[in-house]
Amino acid sequence: MPNPVDFSQFPDHRGHFGRYGGRFVAETLMEALHELDDAWQACRNDPEFLAELDADLARYVGRPTPLYHAERWSRQLGGAQIYLKREDLNHTGAHKINNTVGQALLARRMGKTRLIAETGAGQHGVASATVAARLGMECVVYMGAEDIQRQALNVYRMRLLGATVQPVTSGSRTLKDALNEALRDWVTNVDDTFYMIGTVAGPHPYPLMVREFQAVIGREAREQMLADHGCLPDALVACVGGGSNAIGLFHPFLNDSSVAIYGVEAAGSGIASGRHAATLCAGRPGVLHGNRTYLLNDEHGQITETHSVSAGLDYPGVGPEHAWLKDIGRAHYVAVTDDEALRGFHDLTRTEGIIPALESSHALAYVTQLAPTLRPDQRIVVNLSGRGDKDIYTVAKLEGIQL
Amino acid sequence: MNRIDRRFQALRRSGRKALIPYITAGDPHPERTVPMLHALVAAGADILELGVPFSDPMADGPVIQKACERALAQGMTLRRVLELVHEFRQTDSETPLVLMGYLNPIESFGYEAFVTAAAAAGVDGVLTVDLPPEEADELAAPLNAAGIAPIFLLAPTSSTARIRHTALLARGYLYYVSLKGVTGSAALNVAEVAAKLAEIRALTDLPLGVGFGINSPAAAAAVAAVADAVVVGSTLVSKMAERADAPDDMYRDVGEIIRAMRLAMDA
Repeated sequence: MPNPVDFSQFPDHRGHFGRYGGRFVAETLMEALHELDDAWQACRNDPEFLAELDADLARYVGRPTPLYHAERWSRQLGGAQIYLKREDLNHTGAHKINNTVGQALLARRMGKTRLIAETGAGQHGVASATVAARLGMECVVYMGAEDIQRQALNVYRMRLLGATVQPVTSGSRTLKDALNEALRDWVTNVDDTFYMIGTVAGPHPYPLMVREFQAVIGREAREQMLADHGCLPDALVACVGGGSNAIGLFHPFLNDSSVAIYGVEAAGSGIASGRHAATLCAGRPGVLHGNRTYLLNDEHGQITETHSVSAGLDYPGVGPEHAWLKDIGRAHYVAVTDDEALRGFHDLTRTEGIIPALESSHALAYVTQLAPTLRPDQRIVVNLSGRGDKDIYTVAKLEGIQL
Repeated sequence: MNRIDRRFQALRRSGRKALIPYITAGDPHPERTVPMLHALVAAGADILELGVPFSDPMADGPVIQKACERALAQGMTLRRVLELVHEFRQTDSETPLVLMGYLNPIESFGYEAFVTAAAAAGVDGVLTVDLPPEEADELAAPLNAAGIAPIFLLAPTSSTARIRHTALLARGYLYYVSLKGVTGSAALNVAEVAAKLAEIRALTDLPLGVGFGINSPAAAAAVAAVADAVVVGSTLVSKMAERADAPDDMYRDVGEIIRAMRLAMDA
């Protein structure tokens, strides 16, 4: 890069990553965001808070997660060595809990008694309901009516954990509408309620705060790589919906300019079909859900509906830091289709005995393209952001199998 | 001085308060919007707020969400909203008109292009719900240059520093959100509103409008006693939805709500 950027200095104090990010919300939420930001700034460098967080990550979540060398799969692809960062082994089966454990501790410090969250596939909803159960807090999860149909297993899981799953019937009845509804709840119940956003989007400080909670992924991967091999990886690959698992892996490596970074979006039925969720590859900048970022919207600025086989990637926006990393060229964003992702799903399952989430399968699908272009002495770290148990009904149905 | 300032000056001279109805452009049908605006003026509206429909109206309650969905289903766009304003201006060159909506359709249009088109159509103010003062310079500058008032929200939670900052940037009037919640909520506490308005008044000379949760002549009168303007939205939009199939009944019955509020406010 011509002008090296110190990535640890972003966002600025108003939450801007270049022209992206910021705080685009109604005045009714501004004080709540200030209160959250103050509480978060007080905690992020507080040794007591960080010790509590580390203890929870170790004993409740199960960190550190392994960095696993997928030897057989690497051999099969005939190129770079592939290492899986096993976020699927976290409690609740995905990276989402890294964030909810952190936000719940913060909520408790702020004296909030009620947690709300939005969810698409249900993974963040489950991770929210889980920490709420543990801390004895009330939990309401907003979920699009469409998604409730598609993700019955996770809905039941949230209810078992004691959460109220509130169906959202406005708009397209999916994740973006659940986010709108959670914001409406927050503005109405701001005194006792903490809103746990599940990804690195939303108004400042959410993109920063969620990144910091998820960056444990990249910090561990970096240490593990250095400890095991004495060098950094050549490339990182992660799937991008809102982008929290990706930024969690990428961020600790951003200042390492030798490390190539690839974010993989959902091309659904193909970008040309119009049925996709490839926000960075096919969208343009706009403002939604409190931040300026790339969006999928029509020529009149109305947000459009998205499609992906993976509900967790089915979102018309993306975290503002990714928008910025794309523009300045520090990360590359690509997209793979539903079919390619499904092949990635099967490949990993059959060659390594690991059933990946359909979200993570997008990253795996891109690895199958990238690995053969690299030498066998080069290394790719791919974020295996979640396990695929939740998706087996979807996969079976696509293959015409009734379970 | 634009139409909004002139209107508040005239009202002040006559000792009256402004009544500001809100409707969503294109709801229930684009052809009904301009006649509805004229009917509102005939019934006693002083300033009009015309909602620009958006796919993700996160500060709005169910009534206005549904209005947005209906309008978008009719193919409503920001460009068409401006055409409706232009049409309204053919027979009303006096009543101030404020667009209220969300930022993304304006970003998509382009700030400069939007301001030029809005000025040409006869727009007097623009209230962008999800554009707080911190992020507003880029849009407020061209609006001010074109003589269009950037209008901002204040909330029960707004600090003294924020009120000061907002008042510096705002023109026309300040829109005080009367409660913690979304549009169409029903928990208005007039004593709390009065206390906060007194705090705001100590910091600015701009007229203060109050909205969110005003749904009856009594509520309008109570708010008018402490504010400079009363904004009414969801109550009208609900009535419009009820009468969507009978346009003449709709103009009459929605006009009746405004007329009753006007009477109560002027009593």
